[in-house]
Amino acid sequence: MTTQTPVISCANVWKLFGPHPKKYLANMPAGRSFDDIRKDGYIAGVRDVSVDINRGEMLVVMGLSGSGKSTLVRCFSRLHEITGGTIEVDGQDIMALNDRDLIELRRNKMGMVFQSFGLLPHRTVLENVAFPLEMRGQDRHDRRERALEVIKLVGLEGREEYFPRELSGGQQQRVGIARSLAIEPDIWFLDEPFSALDPLIRREMQDEFLRLQEMLGKTIVFITHDFDEALRLADRIAIMKDGAIEQCDTPDQIVLNPATPYVRKFTEDIEKSRVVHARVLATPMNGHIPDGTPIRAGATILQLARQLVNETREELPVANGNGELIGILNRQEALDVLLGEG
Amino acid sequence: MAVAQTNVAVPAPTLTRMRVAQILLAAAVLLAAARPVLPEFLIRVPEWAVLPYNVWMQALFDFIKDDLGLIHLTRGISAVLEVLLDITANLLYGKHRWPFFEPIPWTAIAAGAAVIGYWLGGWRLAAVAGGTFVWVALIGQWNLAMQTMSVIVVAAPVAFLLGLLLGIAAWKSSRFERFLAPILSILQTLPFFTYLLPAVIFFKVGPTAGCVATIVYAIPPMVLMTTLGLKKVSPEVVEAGNMAGSTRWQMLRHVYLPAARTEILVGVNQVIMLCLAMVVLTAFIGMPGLGAKLLSLMNSLKLGRSFEIGVTIVLIAVTLDRLSKAWVVKQPEHFERGTSWAARHKYLVGGIAAFAAFYVLAQFVQVADHITRKQELSMGSEIDDVIRAALANDTVTAVTGWLRWFLITWVLIPFRNALLWLPTPSVLLAIAAAGYAVGGRKSALTVLAFFGIVALTGWWDRSIITLYAVVCAVILAMLIGLPLGIAAARNPRWANPILLACDTMQTFPSFIYLIPAIMLFSVNDVAVVFAILIFATVPLTRYTIEGMRAVPEELIEAADMAGASRNQKLMKVQLPLALPTMAVGFNQAIMFAFFMVIIAAFIGTQDLGQELQRTLAGNDLGKNFVLGMCVSLMALTFNHIIMRWSNDRRKALGVG
Ligand SMILES: Nc1ncnc2c1ncn2[C@@H]1O[C@H](COP(=O)(O)OP(=O)(O)O)[C@@H](O)[C@H]1O
Ligand SMILES: [Mg+2]
Repeated sequence: MTTQTPVISCANVWKLFGPHPKKYLANMPAGRSFDDIRKDGYIAGVRDVSVDINRGEMLVVMGLSGSGKSTLVRCFSRLHEITGGTIEVDGQDIMALNDRDLIELRRNKMGMVFQSFGLLPHRTVLENVAFPLEMRGQDRHDRRERALEVIKLVGLEGREEYFPRELSGGQQQRVGIARSLAIEPDIWFLDEPFSALDPLIRREMQDEFLRLQEMLGKTIVFITHDFDEALRLADRIAIMKDGAIEQCDTPDQIVLNPATPYVRKFTEDIEKSRVVHARVLATPMNGHIPDGTPIRAGATILQLARQLVNETREELPVANGNGELIGILNRQEALDVLLGEG
Repeated sequence: MAVAQTNVAVPAPTLTRMRVAQILLAAAVLLAAARPVLPEFLIRVPEWAVLPYNVWMQALFDFIKDDLGLIHLTRGISAVLEVLLDITANLLYGKHRWPFFEPIPWTAIAAGAAVIGYWLGGWRLAAVAGGTFVWVALIGQWNLAMQTMSVIVVAAPVAFLLGLLLGIAAWKSSRFERFLAPILSILQTLPFFTYLLPAVIFFKVGPTAGCVATIVYAIPPMVLMTTLGLKKVSPEVVEAGNMAGSTRWQMLRHVYLPAARTEILVGVNQVIMLCLAMVVLTAFIGMPGLGAKLLSLMNSLKLGRSFEIGVTIVLIAVTLDRLSKAWVVKQPEHFERGTSWAARHKYLVGGIAAFAAFYVLAQFVQVADHITRKQELSMGSEIDDVIRAALANDTVTAVTGWLRWFLITWVLIPFRNALLWLPTPSVLLAIAAAGYAVGGRKSALTVLAFFGIVALTGWWDRSIITLYAVVCAVILAMLIGLPLGIAAARNPRWANPILLACDTMQTFPSFIYLIPAIMLFSVNDVAVVFAILIFATVPLTRYTIEGMRAVPEELIEAADMAGASRNQKLMKVQLPLALPTMAVGFNQAIMFAFFMVIIAAFIGTQDLGQELQRTLAGNDLGKNFVLGMCVSLMALTFNHIIMRWSNDRRKALGVG
């Protein structure tokens, strides 16, 4: 995570579905709930969302089905016209773009992966992957070369001439991923990319995805309704309910300090020790340095479990990757987290 | 459990609606009972109230035609079509027109068709496609068939293009779609005579008019299928296209149209089949070809030759249908990298090679080029004799004679007289009652308006005669089609062959069905009813089978577990659930019947069809159109009531 200007910055974004959403929103009294709005004949896909996404960050959007995750992400890419608020991408208000500029933006900066792949059935793998390149008018030879490159990257070499229907679900999603990467986008949207896959394949694809992300370092908005997946991938998690973001924070903070009862309920069944890192529990040293070998700041409490149980010290020094001490870990506190009483 | 549930869902919220419908029906019955004492104006719409629609229509047509100058536009279109038709006529049967080629040898066309068949569906389709053309040539009907084909190969692509464009427009603009929808429904129910006369008046007599009528007739399903296909494209595919930065044109060209391929090709299949059906009927405006020949043969009762032409038309229908259906399901195949161009396009290469080889061969061998009168294998007169002998057989004549007598004296005439006896308002009330029962006030008013217009045209009696033939034939068709469908559905061994037979028979041009009718009953009302009956039995059987087969397996198992007997299962589970689908078949049967009854006009019915056929001789477009609307409105009334009921019922049952 860096502290530059955000890549995507949105403020008070609303997306209502219904007959005259703009007019309705303009005259809507403040504080109307999701259900109130529905009684008025509108569906609030996105409700007053403000969030910034930083360069190179992976934001995972979570929530139950129908909570507005897909809608929010489609607002970022202006697949939906928002009803209210502003969305800026690289400082540019995307609602102000005309058709041409919007097309340019999508052709050069954004890639998207879909839950049911969204492949064009009449095109081969190669032609599907080359599709965005073709749309922006790249010549045949170049686009073929680039498409082959990304196909190799996602491990589909040798299947270039297959049609989507001849591939398994996992393979089809690899095509979807390759297609979204073909134009080398800065921003990558993934809408539940692995939800349609079997658990085993899903795991494999997540590993694959982490490998790609490490290599490419893109700004990513990743939607999932699977908490395990979110924890594996996220820098920050945004939890949505009824179109609004209930909490947007690091996984540690979300399990340790849920902002609303809904988030608490949502995270109840999570084993906290798997999520919480020593770094987060560490308190400032204030000049006092405990004895003994420090523990790693980046380790989860679960990873430290054996040591914590066997430890005789009540206070443990915590060191970051460079070996510098950054704080003190209270053993009791850490054990509470481990035993789920935190 | 499941059985109980389906029964519970039955009465639902229509009680009050039913009440109103019952009151309307009671009023209708009262009026009918009181007929002897009714004043004349309550029995039929009086003369003075009959509106001169035909005059208005004629004025409107004249205005459009002459004052708005549409005639110049249509003459321009005719000129273009004429050029196209001349080219195909020259190539296919050597009409002496530009580009002045010799006609293509029949062997080359048959070989080309066989290769296309092989590409689309392997050896079997190759045999069907090639075999059809071989048959046509050997039986000595090559020129007739090519006259017909030369119109189809122009009409089908034009209808496809226009349908596609209109379909895209309707999908783009919902306002245009709403505007188009009623026009399409009317077009689909308008009797074909009403296509023919305007075509003749606006587009010159001869092939051009036939071609235009054929095109217009074939467009509606293409429009509907295109719109349907475009609407069905998965939203994610659309979003993927948008995220790739496609422009609008790129979206249409590279995303929407290819993704709607299946529906569009189904539309192509329907276009081709409707073109064939219509082009055969253009015989009535004197277009040469298979239809004209068939018409004249039937008029002179040459049954053997009629039979042969019938077989030819059926074979062509089957070929065109199978080929285009195979194209719908044909998926692209991938080639390994490095496959050569020739290997990738082996069918194209093979087709051209076969075509060229026979073309060259035909330059040296006369039989390969064309079949002369001496060489042809037609056995028309022999078949004639056989048929006559068979029909003259005592038992056959006894059966058909008795049937004819029985139907005419005890069914057709009494029923017809009863319908004609009914006072007009009584019929209108009964129709309104049916409308109210299925769809409340709005439906009642709609169907009342439809039939009311028919009453006000002053063609009531003839409309009723048309209606009587339709209703009679459909009822008789139900007596055959429903038991057949139920029996077939209960026996899986039979279901598929019968479905296949129905599918195939549905592709035959309706004209064909007159052949057996005339053979068996010669020229009278029974033949008309019989022709409609066979034609209408097909959809009834087909949808009965489909409806019964669509009943979920769990429901049947649940009924089994509840200890239902075979008949209980049928009556309590399968039939109630299949009924909405069967209603669709019923609706189609009625639409088919309305179409057929008009064709049967040339046998000498005394209904709207006869009047319609008469208009063809002159240029009374107004009357032609009014008569056509009468047929269309009656058909639409049935369509509205049945489909409304079927859809509501489906929703209530949660099926389909
Ligand atoms: N095009 C649309 N028209 C009307 N309502 C929509 C549309 N798209 C989404 N919605 C509604 O918006 C809400 C959020 O949907 P979505 O963003 O797809 O949820 P999620 O992706 O979290 O499952 C749902 O109630 C859905 O019914
Ligand atoms: Mg979603």
